[in-house]
Amino acid sequence: MSISIHSISKTFGTYKALDDVSLEVPNGSLTALLGPSGSGKTTLLRIVAGLEFADDGPGKILFHGENVVSVPAGKRGVGFVFQHYALFRHMSVADNIAFGLTVLPRSKRPPKNEIRDRVHELLGLVKLDGLDKRRPHELSGGQRQRVALARALAIRPKVLLLDEPFGALDAKVRKDLRRWLRAFHDEIGLTTLFVTHDQEEALELADQVVVMRNSRIEQVGSPQEIYDRPRSPFVYEFLGNVNKLTSPDGAKRYVRPHEIEVVFAAEYDPVTDRIARIQHLFSAGPVATLSVRLDDGQFADVELSRKQLDDLGLSVGDEVAIRSRPEEV
Amino acid sequence: MSDPREVTTESRPVRIALITAAVAVLLLFLLLPLFAVFAEALRRGWEVFMASLTEEAALSAIKLTLLAAAVSVPLNTLFGLSAAWLVTRFRFKGRALLISLIDLPFAVSPVIAGLVWVMIFGSKGWLPPATLEHLLAPFATVASAAAESENFGGLFEGLAAWLKDPKFIFSTPGIIIATVFITFPFVARELIPLMEAQGADQEEAAVTLGAGGWRIFWRVTLPNIKWGLLYGVLLCNARAMGEFGAVSVVSGHIRGKTNTLPLHIEVLYNEYQFSAAFACATLLALLALVTLGLKSVLERISGHAAAGKH
Amino acid sequence: MSKRRVIPGFGLSLGFTVTWLSLIILIPLAALFLKAAGVGWDQWKTLLTDPRVLAATRLTFGVSAAAAAVSMVLGLLVTWVLVRYSFPGRRLLDAMVDLPFALPTAVAGITLTAIYGKSGWIGSRIAASAAWVRDTWQPGGWIGEQVKTWAEFGAAYSSFGIFIALTFIGFPFVVRTLQPVMEDLGKEIEEAAATLGAGRWTVFRRVVLPLFVPALITGFTLAFARAIGEYGSVIFISGNLPMKTEILPLLIVSQLEQFNYGAAAVIAAMMLIISFALLLVINLLQRRLDWQNR
Repeated sequence: MSISIHSISKTFGTYKALDDVSLEVPNGSLTALLGPSGSGKTTLLRIVAGLEFADDGPGKILFHGENVVSVPAGKRGVGFVFQHYALFRHMSVADNIAFGLTVLPRSKRPPKNEIRDRVHELLGLVKLDGLDKRRPHELSGGQRQRVALARALAIRPKVLLLDEPFGALDAKVRKDLRRWLRAFHDEIGLTTLFVTHDQEEALELADQVVVMRNSRIEQVGSPQEIYDRPRSPFVYEFLGNVNKLTSPDGAKRYVRPHEIEVVFAAEYDPVTDRIARIQHLFSAGPVATLSVRLDDGQFADVELSRKQLDDLGLSVGDEVAIRSRPEEV
Repeated sequence: MSDPREVTTESRPVRIALITAAVAVLLLFLLLPLFAVFAEALRRGWEVFMASLTEEAALSAIKLTLLAAAVSVPLNTLFGLSAAWLVTRFRFKGRALLISLIDLPFAVSPVIAGLVWVMIFGSKGWLPPATLEHLLAPFATVASAAAESENFGGLFEGLAAWLKDPKFIFSTPGIIIATVFITFPFVARELIPLMEAQGADQEEAAVTLGAGGWRIFWRVTLPNIKWGLLYGVLLCNARAMGEFGAVSVVSGHIRGKTNTLPLHIEVLYNEYQFSAAFACATLLALLALVTLGLKSVLERISGHAAAGKH
Repeated sequence: MSKRRVIPGFGLSLGFTVTWLSLIILIPLAALFLKAAGVGWDQWKTLLTDPRVLAATRLTFGVSAAAAAVSMVLGLLVTWVLVRYSFPGRRLLDAMVDLPFALPTAVAGITLTAIYGKSGWIGSRIAASAAWVRDTWQPGGWIGEQVKTWAEFGAAYSSFGIFIALTFIGFPFVVRTLQPVMEDLGKEIEEAAATLGAGRWTVFRRVVLPLFVPALITGFTLAFARAIGEYGSVIFISGNLPMKTEILPLLIVSQLEQFNYGAAAVIAAMMLIISFALLLVINLLQRRLDWQNR
């Protein structure tokens, strides 16, 4: 099911949290809302869920073409996974997952054994078999996360919404769960929208990345597009390391460290190259980073492979020529 | 006990001096009074003690005390739940004002809490008994008719009799309503910080899963706040049974009729029946001890629940 | 659309809360203020300049402030010991701190009188010491008068007795507001201060104590507010001598017993206005301190 967001605004008191935001989330996609804190991404997610309401106006939210603005959260058919999971502390894992089914009106409620089967099916799906009797506090962070996911999926939602799904987890679990969620999404194919402030997470996980800033959408595109062709200095800087350089003619240029080529000073080509001196050299790991000082006093970071570094045989204090086709923004 | 090189504690003599001082304060202030209640009560022997407790005026005072608590505690529990739900689950204009108004009775002297009702229902008040009788006359007729019905008339007899001669001051309803005023914030006070700290996440999750209001309350909210709620009810009850100033103002001290247990104690004391006064006081002291005991138990249980959260 | 709320029950809880609040608290208090306003300016003036009322006001607010201040010191000591040290009986004492909350005030009143009155365990000793001081030094003035009363009645029938009762009632407020703050204070901050070379007393005075100030003020305020209105635990020990040991709540009761509704309402209104104003000032002061600590 696709989600279309049409000119949604939201004000809290005098603070404008969303300013005329429109967005298409294609059916079956995994879309990331990426931005720094306070950019409005969580507010947008909550409005889609029906947990927050947009300002009066022409704003519309369409699920597969149908306006859901006046549909209450419980009837929208969204699965929502909260940042801190919001598991019901006093219920077992199984009861948590079954909750959405047991609160259905009697006429629509599946019989007990069907609910039990569904819970076990979901536990299998999120790889938590055998943990049905545990209480939330007896689980690890990653397990709680998956219980929250299973609970959201139990009601067979039309769309899945996740608020900072990995925010509360430590680095290792985060990475594993990220891969798992991607595979999981490919398996069930549910239209999914998630909020994150971590660019790496968004780029690795999503089909479509929506960069938000100051209550507006800055750019929408595939991870590749966003990374390679950022539309604004903000997007450039927000997605990974970047050198901000001023050309002799005064124009500001952005260039990513791995886009700079290093050659011997002897091969200096005055048209494309600049002379630089190596200030620091970090060579732990497969990628080496050079910190260089340009002839006009500016600093830049350069990334190159270990092999290249070894081939060039560079050390601190050497003079080199750096070559790049910096993009003007 | 601890390494002398430890930087975050005091030297042993200082520690011992501080502990001694604090324990002395607590013994003098807490245990001595408690001990004194029982010692004074039993000073003239077990028989006097038992006789003072089983005398008719004492029994009726106990009954009235229980009645006042039985009415005011449930009412204020309901209010506490409603108020806590309102101010922790919604943001609206006037919310801060409402929170401070809920706390207002804490800043009002018990005597004033009784006085306000005299101002309203007293013979020189805004709604004196004569006016009230006039206003309630239609209800009185209905109630009298109901009281005459064969099946359940008994239930209405008391009400019908009261409606015919509606008095708040110097009568049981006045005592109840003064107790309600005094115990007003107790449950709300416990629940508001608790529910605020828990946040609305779980309720929101239940909403996205399609649950309705009552079901969210019973299945999600209530299980999470049950210990805090019980704690509030416990404190509310202790205050309701022990309240003195407010009920003293509205009661009129009619022996065997409008005396609660604390008022009965005062009457006995002023009549120099010290042993009897302290005998009745032991009941309230026991109530206090039971309250403290249950409170500790609840703190331990809910402490565990809170620890399990992480 | 923006008026919609996600969690249900707004209307119901708003309706019930506001109705109940109005019926039980707001309308009755308004009735009191209306009655007080209705007696007219002249009677206000007469009452507020009446020496008996003035004496009761001074006594009530003065002794309440003194008791709350002492509660603060005792509370700090007791909390520190309960939180920082372990010793046999600590848990029991910790649980017992709430006794003054749980013990009905009338019981506290007669019990404290029994202990601190002339024939009580402590009162008899106070009386003996005071008699000795009176006979040895024969002090004059206000102190002489106090000593004479103590020698005669122990701690009862004097402002000292009221002070004891109000401190009993007040000090748990300080302990219970301070305790969580002290428990949450990690050892790190003290360790940091110690590594910087500060001695233990300096650490306490310059690092730890300032962090307790907001909680101490809250505790003081709660104890003070409670003390101003306190009735049950005071009237037995105070002896209720007009001009000497008569507190405001008692003055209200005696006006009421003489069917001076207007006078009772005026004194009550004045008392409420002064306490609300004091609480407001302390609140503002604390907000400022809180802000500074951030």
